[in-house]
Amino acid sequence: MINLLSRKLGLGRPAPASGSGVADSGPILSPILSVEGLTVKFDGFTVLDSLDFSMERGEMRFLIGPNGAGKTTLIDVITGKARPVRGRVIFDGWVDLARRQEHDLVRLGIGRKFQTPAVFGSLTVFQNLEVALGFRNSLGAQMRDLNAAGKERVWHTLEQVGLTSQAQRKSGVLSHGEKQWLEIGMLLVQDPKLLLLDEPVAGMTRRERDRTGELLQRIAQERSVLVVEHDMVFVRQLARKVTVLHLGKVLSEGTMESVQQDPQVIEAYLGHSKPRAAPRATPTEESGGGLRSTVVAPA
Amino acid sequence: MRVLPPPAFLHGWVARWCLPALVLLLLLAAPAVLSGFRMGLLGKFLTFAILALSLNLVWGYGGMLSLGHGVFFGLGGYAMAMFLKLEAARDKLPDFMFWSGLTELPIFWEPFRHAWFALPMTFILPAALAGGLGYLVFRSRITGVYFALITQALALIVSILFVGQQPYTGGTNGITNFRTIFGFSVTGAGTQLAMYYITVAFLALTYLLCHWIIASRLGRLLVAMRDDENRVRFSGYNPAVLKTAVFTLSAGLAGVSGALFVPQVGIISPSLMGIVPSIEIAIWVAVGGRGVLMGAVLGAIVVNGAKSLFSESFPDIWQYFLGALFVGAVLMFPSGIMGFFRSEGWRPGWRALTQARAAVLKK
Amino acid sequence: MDVWALQIFNGVSLSTILLLIALGLALSFGLMNVINLAHGEFIMIGAYTVYALQQAAIAFTGGPMADWTFIVALPLVFLIAALMGLLVERTVIRFLYRRPLDTLLATWGAALILQQLARSIFGAPNVQVVAPLWLGGNLDLGGDLVLPFKRLFIIAVALVCLAGIYWYMYRSNEGRRMRAVMQNRDMAASLGVSTRRVDSLTFALGAGLAGVAGWALTLIGPIGPSLGTFYVVDAFIVVILGGMGQIPGTILAAFIIGMFNTIFEYGTTAVVGKVLVFTLVILFLQWRPAGLMRLRSR
Repeated sequence: MINLLSRKLGLGRPAPASGSGVADSGPILSPILSVEGLTVKFDGFTVLDSLDFSMERGEMRFLIGPNGAGKTTLIDVITGKARPVRGRVIFDGWVDLARRQEHDLVRLGIGRKFQTPAVFGSLTVFQNLEVALGFRNSLGAQMRDLNAAGKERVWHTLEQVGLTSQAQRKSGVLSHGEKQWLEIGMLLVQDPKLLLLDEPVAGMTRRERDRTGELLQRIAQERSVLVVEHDMVFVRQLARKVTVLHLGKVLSEGTMESVQQDPQVIEAYLGHSKPRAAPRATPTEESGGGLRSTVVAPA
Repeated sequence: MRVLPPPAFLHGWVARWCLPALVLLLLLAAPAVLSGFRMGLLGKFLTFAILALSLNLVWGYGGMLSLGHGVFFGLGGYAMAMFLKLEAARDKLPDFMFWSGLTELPIFWEPFRHAWFALPMTFILPAALAGGLGYLVFRSRITGVYFALITQALALIVSILFVGQQPYTGGTNGITNFRTIFGFSVTGAGTQLAMYYITVAFLALTYLLCHWIIASRLGRLLVAMRDDENRVRFSGYNPAVLKTAVFTLSAGLAGVSGALFVPQVGIISPSLMGIVPSIEIAIWVAVGGRGVLMGAVLGAIVVNGAKSLFSESFPDIWQYFLGALFVGAVLMFPSGIMGFFRSEGWRPGWRALTQARAAVLKK
Repeated sequence: MDVWALQIFNGVSLSTILLLIALGLALSFGLMNVINLAHGEFIMIGAYTVYALQQAAIAFTGGPMADWTFIVALPLVFLIAALMGLLVERTVIRFLYRRPLDTLLATWGAALILQQLARSIFGAPNVQVVAPLWLGGNLDLGGDLVLPFKRLFIIAVALVCLAGIYWYMYRSNEGRRMRAVMQNRDMAASLGVSTRRVDSLTFALGAGLAGVAGWALTLIGPIGPSLGTFYVVDAFIVVILGGMGQIPGTILAAFIIGMFNTIFEYGTTAVVGKVLVFTLVILFLQWRPAGLMRLRSR
């Protein structure tokens, strides 16, 4: 009932204006994702601080920021893992994501990839995709085999992520990079409108990283993609638009070049902002954490 | 010591179809060679095999270790026993009710007079309990050890509840002293033989049903939930619904096994549904090989066979042996008897132990 | 009014025993992520240790010493139960750290062996420990409110044990190491904490506490080889309600379960009381799945 109500309310509300200056190929309607005044606290500690953020349809956006900036938390809120104290997240122009269960979000068209690869180790690569594909099937339909079109779709996705030759192997024995691709494949096969990727190239070799980059570029042609990433080389290769989070707020937004020049960003990464960071620092939250300052500093 | 890998033909379709077919043939032929007493025992073990299959479905494939399956077995058994008891009592009050001072039949006993009610109830009652509890538990995302402990508490509570309600359940003694089943003498040789074949048929049906499920996409989904429930959730499924469905089905099957047990053994009592019998089901599955259907069947027969061999003559030693079996099956032979029929052979068990030891030494 | 005061007193008495049992479970779950189904057997070992000591005292000295063996037994009970705990940890649990469900089964095996051991040594029938005479009296608070010394004594001992645990966890070096391993095992290990040692010590400590609970139970009723099974299931419920591995939650939960059990039991019967408590816990978990307390982290 409440869901229905909020859905209606969401519908009646005009879509917030987007400040995006980056042109997109598709027609610009309402943003695919819009975050309004989002505040998240853990035990009184503010992780996201009235965050406003919005993303256009068909856009590939990179979310960067020092450790503890709130990047993963933002994704957690979008996918229902964390609950906000205030603010809301609107998906696809009208769906309020508050209080929705995870599987419900997936059915709306939001796919999420976790930091560490999460695949079903005792199933084969093919079966992993098969499970992912069948998410709209009823319990009874699950008792029947995948139809020809479904199988075709799985093979097509396998080809996309480059795992065709591994189709019959147990996914538990795949390499780290292959597991990451498989997980991306599991999201792709569901044809989501919005793809959330949390550090997709962490722990990858350079070759794997390059392949992932190509894969992401192809994926982004058909859907909106939000990528949290620490690897600045990777971001610079792919990003058209970057959002820098710091201490739960958007610090800067724009092209990689413009963001890199932003003195605030440099300060945040190099950790000169003691007065601002200090009151919020907790043992797990040492500001700037694993500083990737060397990579973020203007090239 | 080098362990030879088992011959290639022992895994794959041989394990899946030839072994079950062989077992089925042996079971069908058994009455020709076994004495009445041994037949009775075997019939009992086969009901346990159905019970083990039902637990294997939730634990071996779904990763939910239920330590309360004895309850579901018992509920099915009680439903059947109520039917038989009313048949034995005819129009009078069942004996134990009379002894506890009841003057008329409790209202909830009344419908169990009719086979069309009592027989489906052997499935529905346990399934309903499992469905209700399961949905609440899975909805609040209680998994793993928490789930095991909650089902164990269920086993304790239901068994003491049945002990406490002497006038309605027969208390500690349970329900016994049956006379006839559909007019045939319960203890008659012909009835017993028929019950045996019915049990074999139900075992085969349960096996096929379980096989059908695990070979389907639902089965793979079940395994996927065991591997990574969160990923399943983030793949657009509601694990609470799926797990509840499988748990409910499993409990229903356990109830059917209880219903088959009662006419063959002639009694159902709370001591068959408490903590101890419930957790023993897990050891049958573990010894046979969890996550393999045939493993559950063989495990139930082998462990119970050994139990009746040993516990008659050396009850003390049997307890030690059973204890050692729990430890050993987990530590050394995690893939159980069926491990031999699979490509890994016995080796992984030993390897698991030596690896565990090596890991500990490294720390 | 007095009736209720008495019920509350009984509830507190049950709660403290539950707490002694549940603390060990909570500690080892918080630390190693394992639940030990043989935990109840440490209770049983504690109880039989008192019994054996008392029998020995009676055999060697005749009657008069029997009273004192009960007190002398306390440290011994703790030590023996802790040693048995160490044995179980070293031979079974050690190998199953990342397999909690398998640990359940393997420790159940250990429980069966320990129970049978007790049966072989002391026989299957229940035995009775003779309570010291000076614990035989009652504290008369006027009206109908009569508090047995035995239960007061149990509460006092349990409180002393709790204080000891608090001191161990928050004031001693060993306790600091334990908390460190609980919070981050790898980090603690890389800072030079011997996690193996911490695991063993904590497990032994939990077993020792369960032993003390067994010691206390000899005052309440007869003891038998399967004494532990009955109490330990309540302790599991306490640990689940408290939030696995959370010490403050465990303490609170022990008091809630103890109280509710006693009150429901008074209002209905022991059995119905247990059913009600179980149902309430399941319903509570709908509201707070992680139990009473939980550590929030991002």
